[in-house]
Amino acid sequence: MIEGAKWRRWVFFYIPLSAFVFTLLFPFYWMLVTAVRPDSELYRPWSAPNYAPFWTAHPTLDHITYLLQETLFSTWMLNTLFISITATLISLFCGIFAGYALSRLKFRFAGMLGTGIFITYLVPQTLLFIPLADVVRNFHLGDTPWALILTYPTFLIPFCTWLLMGYFKAIPRELEECARIDGAARWQAMLYIIFPIAVPGILSAGIFAFTLSWNEFIYALVFLSSPAQKTVSVGVTSELIRGDVFYWGSLMAGALLGSIPVAFVYSFFVEHYVAGLTGAVKG
Amino acid sequence: MARVEIRNLNKTFDGVHAVKDVNLDINDKEFVVLVGPSGCGKTTTLRMVAGLETISSGEVLIGDKVVNELPPMDRDIAMVFQNYALYPHMNVYDNMAFGLKMRRFGRAEIDARVRAAAEILGIQAQLQRKPRQLSGGQRQRVALGRAIVRHPKVFLFDEPLSNLDAKLRVQMRVEIKKIHARLGTTAIYVTHDQVEAMTLGDRVVVMKDGVVQQVGEPLELYNAPANRFVAGFIGSPAMNFATVTIAADADGFLWASNEGIHIKLPAEVAGRLRKHVGESVTLGIRPEDLRAATSSDATDLVVDVMVEVVEKLGSEILLDVKVGPSTMVAAVEPTVGAKVRDRLRLALNPDRLYFFDGASQAAI
Repeated sequence: MIEGAKWRRWVFFYIPLSAFVFTLLFPFYWMLVTAVRPDSELYRPWSAPNYAPFWTAHPTLDHITYLLQETLFSTWMLNTLFISITATLISLFCGIFAGYALSRLKFRFAGMLGTGIFITYLVPQTLLFIPLADVVRNFHLGDTPWALILTYPTFLIPFCTWLLMGYFKAIPRELEECARIDGAARWQAMLYIIFPIAVPGILSAGIFAFTLSWNEFIYALVFLSSPAQKTVSVGVTSELIRGDVFYWGSLMAGALLGSIPVAFVYSFFVEHYVAGLTGAVKG
Repeated sequence: MARVEIRNLNKTFDGVHAVKDVNLDINDKEFVVLVGPSGCGKTTTLRMVAGLETISSGEVLIGDKVVNELPPMDRDIAMVFQNYALYPHMNVYDNMAFGLKMRRFGRAEIDARVRAAAEILGIQAQLQRKPRQLSGGQRQRVALGRAIVRHPKVFLFDEPLSNLDAKLRVQMRVEIKKIHARLGTTAIYVTHDQVEAMTLGDRVVVMKDGVVQQVGEPLELYNAPANRFVAGFIGSPAMNFATVTIAADADGFLWASNEGIHIKLPAEVAGRLRKHVGESVTLGIRPEDLRAATSSDATDLVVDVMVEVVEKLGSEILLDVKVGPSTMVAAVEPTVGAKVRDRLRLALNPDRLYFFDGASQAAI
């Protein structure tokens, strides 16, 4: 908390905070008012006397009903959920073990390997999708969820590995040494001591990986083609923009509904996830 | 219960020779303290005994069995760490039971042992708490408890009291001593605190730069230090040192002198120093062996000093004094009414003069 006079608290705390919160939440507000806005209000010219872009006078559920009944939105949601969860689990599994090994075991090239993994994370997806498309085609994975489940880990594993490496490093080495003296083999020390302590780190890696998969666009756009296979991010944009016609109401409804699972996951694990990011291991 | 033998133990880390040819025989039920300044190799030696550090060369035997290649879990040892290393996600009971569970003890046996240890340490009331809800002293007790329940062959302590405040440290020191007396388990204890070493150890091993300087009972180290390092390290306040030149006078008496000191050496000391006549050696005298001189003192065993700092401790007064070019500390009776800048005569205890070779620093 800022010390001192009241105006200081306003200038250095409340006003910047409000600006920040407003900037963050405005897009969601915009999605909401647009999603429930009837077409007549939506396409009213800006010069019209009753032009009110920030407010919807006569809310309607038409766009949402259209989205849910006339498009494959619920299928897209299920696809995205399946792909995101599976890709996250695969990446977490690999990331936990790789992160543990890189932070704890002494072996040749450990440092180089860590840097190598980090560098793969730096390769932009906009470049990587071209060779990956070839790989996906060769393995006949095109237009199946596996095309994404197996390609998302290319950026999720480095991400999880690095986040968890840092987290494992923050856990005092003595805990593990003590466990090993207490009679645990290395794998037992890892399973019973290190992993339970690392739960906040593992959860935040999982949440991030889930969010990254959920919001991923370019691989989903390239590797999937039939509407029934699409994910939310691609489905909404490809099926609700037809030529130069934008179904704004349904688009916004899709965006809004599509962000609910991520918001849900975050709010559910928020405490663990903050602890995971700040790396707090309480002894 | 077991003997521990360390034979020609060496450790090299990336070209740094951290532990050099350490040899040590620790008897069954003995409490041995490794002491030395930081970086002297004492912790590394302990970790090699524990199996947490690979051995570059040499052997470690626990109970007459070479354990060089055994993983820590199979050495039947227990270790207490400086930062306690309590498992933060387990309560006190589970922390203590973990080692027993790993070794597949029965539930009843585990419960009996944990409760017995908790009783010894007085932490019965905290068994269901998590480590972060405990005070420093309680955490240290849990760490001790975790070691006790296992009934290991050897206890290893790695500076277990360093994170505690001064008062608690003294308390826990006594506690550790009591526990050792009660259980009789062989113990190796690492510390940088010479007071801890002197009070706890049956024998004390003084190390410096990876080399064992002297092994002996606490009073042996205090009374007969093997070299200048041990002399300066053991005892508080530390021994005073001055470089003096040995000379013989016409009557055959030996004198040790520099700009501030000119003393006649007692016959017993003179015998040992005779072959160093003409050489410059280090004179050592402990603060408690200096006292305010009275008129009855022989004038050839006193030094004239100027008082620079007076520290009144109650039971004694510490005087920081200037003797010629060097400074010394004298622990004198509280009745001595010395003030800063006073000139004073201090008498040296003739039976407690130490001399160290100028080059090798070994005791003469």
